[in-house]
Amino acid sequence: MNETLEHMNEKVSSGGSPKYHEKNQEKGKMFVRERLSQLFDDDLNIEDAFFANCMDGSLPADGVVTGIGKVNGEQVCVMANDSTVKAGSWGARTVEKIIRIQETAMKLEIPMLYLVDSAGARITDQVEMFPNRRGAGRIFHNQIKLSGRVPQICLLFGPSAAGGAYIPAFCDIVVMVDGNASMYLGSPRMAEKVIGEKVTLEEMGGANMHCSVSGCGDVLTKDEPEAIAYARNYLSYFPSNFRHPAKRQEPVRPASLEKTISEIIPDNQNAPFNMYDLIDRLIDEGSFCEIKKKFAPEIITGLSRIDGRTVGIIANQPRAKGGVLFPDSADKSAKFMQLCDAFNIPLLFLVDIPGFMIGTKVERAGIIRHGAKMLSAMSEATVPKISVIVRKAYGAGLYAMAGPAFEPDACIALPSAQIAVMGPEAAVNAVYANKIAELDEADRPAFIKEKHEEYKENIDIYRLASELVVDDIIQPDRLRDDLSLRFEAYSNKNVTFTERKHGVYPV
Amino acid sequence: MNEVKASMAGSVWKIVAQAGDQVKNGEDIAILESMKMEIPIPSEADGTVKELKVSEGDFVNEGDVIAIIE
Repeated sequence: MNETLEHMNEKVSSGGSPKYHEKNQEKGKMFVRERLSQLFDDDLNIEDAFFANCMDGSLPADGVVTGIGKVNGEQVCVMANDSTVKAGSWGARTVEKIIRIQETAMKLEIPMLYLVDSAGARITDQVEMFPNRRGAGRIFHNQIKLSGRVPQICLLFGPSAAGGAYIPAFCDIVVMVDGNASMYLGSPRMAEKVIGEKVTLEEMGGANMHCSVSGCGDVLTKDEPEAIAYARNYLSYFPSNFRHPAKRQEPVRPASLEKTISEIIPDNQNAPFNMYDLIDRLIDEGSFCEIKKKFAPEIITGLSRIDGRTVGIIANQPRAKGGVLFPDSADKSAKFMQLCDAFNIPLLFLVDIPGFMIGTKVERAGIIRHGAKMLSAMSEATVPKISVIVRKAYGAGLYAMAGPAFEPDACIALPSAQIAVMGPEAAVNAVYANKIAELDEADRPAFIKEKHEEYKENIDIYRLASELVVDDIIQPDRLRDDLSLRFEAYSNKNVTFTERKHGVYPV
Repeated sequence: MNEVKASMAGSVWKIVAQAGDQVKNGEDIAILESMKMEIPIPSEADGTVKELKVSEGDFVNEGDVIAIIE
């Protein structure tokens, strides 16, 4: 045994000075190598450039660990910052290591994981790591190239500052640890100096803020083990790359719950119900892996399994903001549909939507282009798509939720479905406003009621089925079985959306 | 102290809790009507309703304070 090598191995693998290990421990942060052994089935199997910058005794591995290990039995590439080494900052070799592992992920077509905990660039090394061809910019260029080819996951355990904040931004999903994770372009200290704003880090770039307000974070976890467990579970739904079908597992029965689907859906279209209750009754028990739970809760997005088959669910939530679509919910939906479509995950739309929000606030926020973005992503998705009209589907809401014009493989209605340009109250008011105003006040309710009834007859779901608008009307309690059969039948779907370089997206 | 805010623009259709009531996290304080829908506005904390800032029929914008929980 070579003693020099043994000594170097030990030195490098123990990271930075003990005081930084202690500091991290106080914050509930694990050492980078501990994180990796929790993440992988056994451990990091292959590590390269372990000796990066080893001639400088103070920068073990140059502050980043890169290599390959197995998650759920499948190979994945990883880069993981070591915040005990100069706060996980990036020098020239740090950047080169990250670029190389990304290139490996590209060659092998296997998922790329980023375990981020870094203060950003080492300003002292800027000429070597910032502007050149293989400088930090190449990391982002590679991420953009990898996007949609292999899954890219970011686990944010600490800061991702300035340019570094773009690593999470280009990932499919960002998991943030509450209290420790943060993303920001300029620190609070810089914000005060440059623009005169006084603000705390948590308020400006904390995990909770990003997962509920900005939408830059997707999943908020209480600690690091929970974040790691989420990532392992998330990967279980995905193929290693876009060439393979989504994963399948052993079917599991749905949770046995007291009330049936018919019992949980209220008769009054305008009264809210909890969409999660419907989801629970359709999917394999315990299979829901939600994305962006705290952000724009009026739409629910998450991965699930139906009879063992991976299905991406996108569902209106009447309990939050009436299930109305807003700029943020349109944005959330667009990214989720792109994610599923990229990795061959079929989409299930559960529709109960009064439409897109109206009013000054949302018009100024550009709801039209955000809505257009959602429609684009939905329309372009060539994976199997099933739209289930649970209750109302009004106006552009029907379109956004994979209505019949957008080539869903099926548009199925429950008996409670109501498809229309707008709801009866709004429609009668729009058409007969003048007439109603002319009537004596005493005569109005009877007139309005009569027109409501006429309107309802006109949009009756059996009439729409008769006109072939919907492909089927089914008993609510048969919905899961029907979806399972349909997703099985559509699994051979193979279509190209259209021929071109790429669309011009209404982003 | 915790402020219960309107989640979207609309009019106050019903006030469910009264000043002095004990409420739990997730319990509805008021119901708005917007986009022809009932929009429940739940408390985000356990506590006592200290003050209601709106009356039935009022128009509220997204983010307007509806009640204060102590």
